[in-house]
Amino acid sequence: MVKIVENVLLKENIYKLVVEAKDLVRNALPGQFVMLMTHEESERIPLTIHAYNKESGNLTLIYQVVGAGTLELSKEKETLFSLVGPLGNPSELIVNVDDLKEKNILFIAGGIGVASIYPQAKYLHERGINVSIIYGAKNKQFIILEEELRSVCQELILTTDDGSMGHKGVVTDCIKERKDIDICVAIGPMVMMKNVSNLTKEMGIKQIVSLNPIMVDGSGMCGACRVEVGGKVKFACVEGPEFDGHLVNFEAAMKRLELYKTIEGKKYLKELEGETHHGECANCE
Amino acid sequence: MENVQTVNDKKVMASVQKKEERIHNFQEVSLGYTKEEAYKEASRCLQCKNPRCVIGCPVGIEIPKFIEAIKEEKMEMAYNIITEASTLPAVCGRVCPQENQCEKMCIKGFKSDAIAIGALERYVADYANMHHLKKNKESEKKEQRIAIIGSGPSGLSCAGTLAKEGYRVTVYEVLHKAGGVLTYGIPEFRLPKQIVEKEVVDLKHMGVEFVLDTLIGKTITLSNLKEDYDAIYIATGAGLPKFMGIPNELACGVFSANEVLTRINLMKAYEDGNTPLYLGDKIIVVGGGNVACDVARSLKRFGKDVSIVYRRGISDMPARKEEVHHLLEEQIEIKEFLNPVRICVDSNQLVTGIEVVHMVSVGTDDKGRAIVEEVRDSKEVLECDMVVMALGTNINALAIENTDIKVRENGCIEVDGTRTSSDRCFAGGDVVTGAATVILAMEAGKKAAYEIIDLFEKEKTSVV
Repeated sequence: MVKIVENVLLKENIYKLVVEAKDLVRNALPGQFVMLMTHEESERIPLTIHAYNKESGNLTLIYQVVGAGTLELSKEKETLFSLVGPLGNPSELIVNVDDLKEKNILFIAGGIGVASIYPQAKYLHERGINVSIIYGAKNKQFIILEEELRSVCQELILTTDDGSMGHKGVVTDCIKERKDIDICVAIGPMVMMKNVSNLTKEMGIKQIVSLNPIMVDGSGMCGACRVEVGGKVKFACVEGPEFDGHLVNFEAAMKRLELYKTIEGKKYLKELEGETHHGECANCE
Repeated sequence: MENVQTVNDKKVMASVQKKEERIHNFQEVSLGYTKEEAYKEASRCLQCKNPRCVIGCPVGIEIPKFIEAIKEEKMEMAYNIITEASTLPAVCGRVCPQENQCEKMCIKGFKSDAIAIGALERYVADYANMHHLKKNKESEKKEQRIAIIGSGPSGLSCAGTLAKEGYRVTVYEVLHKAGGVLTYGIPEFRLPKQIVEKEVVDLKHMGVEFVLDTLIGKTITLSNLKEDYDAIYIATGAGLPKFMGIPNELACGVFSANEVLTRINLMKAYEDGNTPLYLGDKIIVVGGGNVACDVARSLKRFGKDVSIVYRRGISDMPARKEEVHHLLEEQIEIKEFLNPVRICVDSNQLVTGIEVVHMVSVGTDDKGRAIVEEVRDSKEVLECDMVVMALGTNINALAIENTDIKVRENGCIEVDGTRTSSDRCFAGGDVVTGAATVILAMEAGKKAAYEIIDLFEKEKTSVV
């Protein structure tokens, strides 16, 4: 059992979860992820590491309630049944940080992806590397971690779909003028990462993306997370989660993400409304 | 009673769940021997002076002796004889390919049926579990600590052997449940999970500590472990699924056998588990091994139309004969001599079929299996909406990445006996041999345990 330090609502449907995980954080680095289970019969949920404290042994994760599994997680305040990690590889930029001295790094965060951007930006900023962040969200209500982000970069640009905060529009609108960028890192919804990758390819900027496919075990065993990169099949859990954005087959990856949507949607409604949603009316199919 | 060998001397078959019933549940197919059946089968044994069956057993169980004990109704004695050599009798009695090992060597098999050694082993183990019989003696506690990486059959066997000798053992497992392939891979109807759990609980009673949710190489590095333990046994197995590399294999509706089995067995997608399981209505499983059979039979239990596509003939299938027999009884068709060349998809990347080419046998290899070649212009499309690839697995090497442990060209760990190139590190099971069987993995675990003990003994004498 893993002790929960706090599991609190940040905004709308976004939660912050802090757990005691001394062994896990000892070798953790930005870019890696964990798998957790709320109860014994729960799904295994992959979440990218948001923050860790090597002294206290606390691990912080940020998640959005999008289905039955995350809804169940948001209700649990005492313990987690299972937590394993750090999984996957640390970010390429973290591993090769010494090569980045004179480089300009641009992070693009979309939605909840901002939680994964933060530790990377922080790591680089603390080592004197020039970091900018463009952060896009649906609207003002979904903007989180604004202060934290400002403290780990030279420049923070916010965009919202409705213009309720920062620029009105999408993140790609703000990349076009950035000719000074050497490396771009995008983390967020697949479609955002795809659009950003297409744009940076045209601009000739190196692109890194962090993929979030379906996973069961997270250690290379199930193959659910396989993605096509440069024409080759890769397992995101052990060979990623970060890949060259210009080589990822996003179309296939997006289709694969939708695989369980109907099954998941029904479970989510059941969790929300109880047995009232029996599906027999056939109106919702 | 003297045994007279006649052509009518057939082995006693254990009863099985009716085929019409069992395809609707996940309960065990074989019901095991009753006392009378076990006695009758045990009585068929000739008690050879130079028993060939023992040579055929990878862990060298004194088979005639335990069979004699069954006949004499000395069940505790029978159990002790088995556990002297094997740490997981209830598991091996069920999943060992006895027809290629002990039973293949049985002298009776030449004229009639070999003794059903596996079924008798299972009978003894189940009796012991039911009557809470204890495994052998306890030894004096030793100081040395051993870390075992992986809680599959090899790790459990090594842990059991070392714990029996009084050593302090910790087993590390990446998943949230111990057992490795016994837990996530082999289905409930072939190996009830309760049996695996019982074996793990027994080991805990013997003082073995289990650390779950820990990926060696990530959570803790191998060098971290080396600082804390006197020896390490790497038994991470072969769990990384292979794919064919044919077009559209990334389509929605193509899965690895491991994914399907893990969702069903480990995550209990068929009962109270919250993990979803994707199900097609017409499912094709590609492969001819036990895993292919396990997947096909599991999916059949969800009421689906399931068939197997295999590139050789049914008689060449590496799966156990008994499993193939059960599978055919369960109305699963085996489409033999077909090799997939492409997955067919619609505009939404959903599977609509699988294109196969017909194969023809052009001879046999040194193992007696058909060597096959493609038949020209013989492509056809088999309609289906889900494909499961059961093509075998590659080894799990995360634990040894960036370490001084040498691997062979195929990626498997290089060993001398069970010793690796790294000091105090031993390895065995699938991570050394590539995907093989439960019993071979167990044998390696046992062998490693003795080599580790040997190392400690030598050090003791050299200190004195």
